[in-house]
Amino acid sequence: MRDMEPEDIDGDYIEKILIFNDGSRRKVLITDKETPFQDGRLIVSRTDAKGIITHVNQSFIEMSGYKEQELVGQPHYILRHPDMPAVAFKGLWDTIEKGEKWHGYVKNLRKDGGYYWVLAVVIPNIRKGRITGFTSVRRKPARRKIEECTELYPTLF
Amino acid sequence: MSYKMTVSPDFTPDHIGGWYIFNTWLQKSLQLPIHLELYDSFHQQRDAIDGDEVDLIYANPFDASKLVRDKGFVAVARPRRSADEAIIAVCESFHAQQIEDLDADTKIAQSEDPDVNLICDIMLEPAELSNPDQQRLILGSYPLVAKALIKQNADVGFFLVEAYLSLSKLTKQQLRILARSQINVMHHTLLVGPKLQEYRDLLNQHLLTMTASQKGAGVLDSMGFEAWDNMNDEEMEFMIDLVDTLNYQPD
Repeated sequence: MRDMEPEDIDGDYIEKILIFNDGSRRKVLITDKETPFQDGRLIVSRTDAKGIITHVNQSFIEMSGYKEQELVGQPHYILRHPDMPAVAFKGLWDTIEKGEKWHGYVKNLRKDGGYYWVLAVVIPNIRKGRITGFTSVRRKPARRKIEECTELYPTLF
Repeated sequence: MSYKMTVSPDFTPDHIGGWYIFNTWLQKSLQLPIHLELYDSFHQQRDAIDGDEVDLIYANPFDASKLVRDKGFVAVARPRRSADEAIIAVCESFHAQQIEDLDADTKIAQSEDPDVNLICDIMLEPAELSNPDQQRLILGSYPLVAKALIKQNADVGFFLVEAYLSLSKLTKQQLRILARSQINVMHHTLLVGPKLQEYRDLLNQHLLTMTASQKGAGVLDSMGFEAWDNMNDEEMEFMIDLVDTLNYQPD
């Protein structure tokens, strides 16, 4: 996956390196600018069984700041924010690969370096007894939950 | 033997006539006797489905999921550029300007429309309402939901977007939209049941070519549709997965 580019970033940023489970690395540029989750939005996406994005809806595009063609074909971790502890995503994969539903509060990284919080629900797509992919819907989280996670997540590194 | 077709009771009154015209067109196209039965409520329609009385249905996503999973229905087509979206509205003078302004004891007016209620419940989640089941008025139609808001018998009301937009101008002037869903990927679907499945491909061909004839285009227009698009099994499975995801209630 491509590193983030300074020309895409909105405002002052700091640079961090993310290392993903598959061993790949990405330079990310992050700002402290939060994009509010508008009432009524539901972000929908699908991935294949390896977590590669196959479908996004318009809310996904607008909230992430990417174009559709920049998202489809990329790993879902294109949205990974360095403030999210790796243990959260291990819990996600351990759960959905067993064929079970998962939910969690996630801080996502935008293309412009900003972030947005979501309540994510992920379910496995099971066809003829086999997991062929995953469907995810991200909802607007309660502010109280965001505050709890903002305190909790730094303790999980 | 006559087959039975029905339509999700959330259709707008302006298009009732269109569904009867469609049924006539359908019978001629398939050379089959089909009776159109429009139910007044979701409850009545569900009883008919449970009794295996329905062979062809234009269903909302929530009911479509159940019909495919539990009753062996299969998808045939979906209306082009049509998405199911919902509105949460309040009385114009109500204090809340956004969902998070709602009090924990907010009273809700809603219809029996399952997918609208599901979408609106999700939109309300950031308000963290308490005991929502005890604070709900279940009403028989969307105009009654609007009336409950105007008379201040309820604080927020759930609407299908088309139903809200079809309320009278006077009614809408007394209401305000608090939130409108933006899902884009949920839609009604035309499904056939087990008794009609041998006609699935033929029906699909007729539906997808409706716009090619003046008569077919006229029928579509009377239903408020631009055209039918194909809906295959995988697209239906995606919808079922989506409804499952929306139905999941985190702790």
